Amino acid sequence: MNFRVKCCGLQFENPLVLASGYLGVTGASLANVAKNGAGGVTSKTLFMEERAGYPNPTSLTFPGGLINAMGLSGEGIRNAKAEFETYRNLAPDCPILGSVGGKTLKELVECAEIMDTYPVDLIELNLSCPSGADEKELPFSCDPDITAKITRAVRKVTRKPISVKLSPKAYRIGEIAQRAEAEGADAITAVNGMGPGMLIDIRMRAPSLGNKVGDVSGQALKPIALGCVYEIYEHVKIPIIGTGGIVNGNDAIEMLMAGATLLGIGSAIAYYDLKAFAMIQEKIKRFMEEEGFKDISDLVGIAHKR
Amino acid sequence: MHLPLKVHRIREENSTFRTYIFKHDLRAKPGQFAMVWLPGVDEVPMSVGWQDKDEMWIGISKRGDCTTAIFDQIKIGDRLGVRGPFGKPFELKEGYKKIILVGGGYGTPPLLFLAKEAREKGMEVVVILGARSPEHVLYEKEFAGLGCEVVNSANHNGKKGHAIEIFAERMEDGKVDCVYTCGPEKMMVKVAEIAQKNGVDSQLSLERHMKCGFGICGQCCIDGTGARVCKDGPVFSGKQALSLEEFGHYTRTGSGKRIALE
Repeated sequence: MNFRVKCCGLQFENPLVLASGYLGVTGASLANVAKNGAGGVTSKTLFMEERAGYPNPTSLTFPGGLINAMGLSGEGIRNAKAEFETYRNLAPDCPILGSVGGKTLKELVECAEIMDTYPVDLIELNLSCPSGADEKELPFSCDPDITAKITRAVRKVTRKPISVKLSPKAYRIGEIAQRAEAEGADAITAVNGMGPGMLIDIRMRAPSLGNKVGDVSGQALKPIALGCVYEIYEHVKIPIIGTGGIVNGNDAIEMLMAGATLLGIGSAIAYYDLKAFAMIQEKIKRFMEEEGFKDISDLVGIAHKR
Repeated sequence: MHLPLKVHRIREENSTFRTYIFKHDLRAKPGQFAMVWLPGVDEVPMSVGWQDKDEMWIGISKRGDCTTAIFDQIKIGDRLGVRGPFGKPFELKEGYKKIILVGGGYGTPPLLFLAKEAREKGMEVVVILGARSPEHVLYEKEFAGLGCEVVNSANHNGKKGHAIEIFAERMEDGKVDCVYTCGPEKMMVKVAEIAQKNGVDSQLSLERHMKCGFGICGQCCIDGTGARVCKDGPVFSGKQALSLEEFGHYTRTGSGKRIALE
């Protein structure tokens, strides 16, 4: 049975890739996730400047998923070089995706240019975080023209593969993915969290998150993420990193069938800790055995054939 | 999800340290921590300093925005949001006869809770308390009340590093099964090294900037293994800790940037 995935010219031992924003602050942490069975890892999104992020609580679970408002904390891309070098030394064979963001197109391109010089295998453009928003407070990736413009600009500054991370808030997400593909994107990461959402603590009589509102992920996001990935698959030929609400093996198989080549794993860690990687892999393998699949790639997009 | 816990009692230990007492059984074990939330301000990790079926103690030192706001705003009867317990507790192996606890300043609370459990198991407990001055030594009476032998290093004319010297001498006596410490990291480095030199196991409670508290965000990960202090710790064996390149040298801010330890 083949469980390896070739994507954007990179070899992944398995399709499970740590999603951006989870355990991605340090190189040693990312390497620890690789050691625990991830086929690839994604760094936290880095911006030009250092940011402390929002006050706590920044990340909470609720029945039905997770909500977070980290506030894009990060040490700033120039300070982060050592983390990528540490990762490369500790996990030389496990691909790493370097995530970059920006409040403006210029900042994002500059970050990508710096990320290009780091030992990362692929650059993920976070065009979907609410903090990297246009004047309408919408993520860049909600606008097909802005998405195309940024992808084009980044394509000029790096020869590394680029994946464009989209927001589930986008209207006609398939067409936006298509625009990114036309401008030279090598993959689409779909999707980021949805929101803004809120939890209210009724006894404390206050919103539960420090920032009051945040993005929802986990089980609540899964059907939306599946819908997005399914639609994107109908519009593009480049691979999709399907992310959003994959908590167990069943979710992972659904995401593959919707059209994802790689699977972003994040919220599963909240429920099953780092064992999530081994657990989900085992479940996919058992399913493949039971259903007679010989290659993981045979599952990709299979739900479109009926 | 937070538990909305009403403050039942507040003990003023000194001008910058208070014990907040709640009538609640969080089912915490010694060494575990809770996230304590003051809405509109922040949420910070705090060791559980005592837990029995009636009461939970959380010792809070006034040193940042959130703890200062708690000192200023929270009175008896007010609520704090509490999540937890989180993290790995101290390991108190069956069969231990004698243990030494080394508490540095405001790192002392989890050791009080540990002393309670050790004394309930009939172990001999020696507690060495260090602090920058005598009024900053915590819980001396409570340790004594549990039947621990208490050595207050600050009363030995409060010389810096004296707790370590006393600890080193007490290790020479032998027959110590395990050493437990919580306090400034550079102190814990010395405690772990001295224990190791004497062939005795040690357990340390580490502190790092925490955000989620349950092992997903990666903010508190420590170099070289990338272990999460909130989930894989906060208690680490001395052997583990001494093998970490970060331990005793640097920590990280809320942005993730490295800063040297004081």
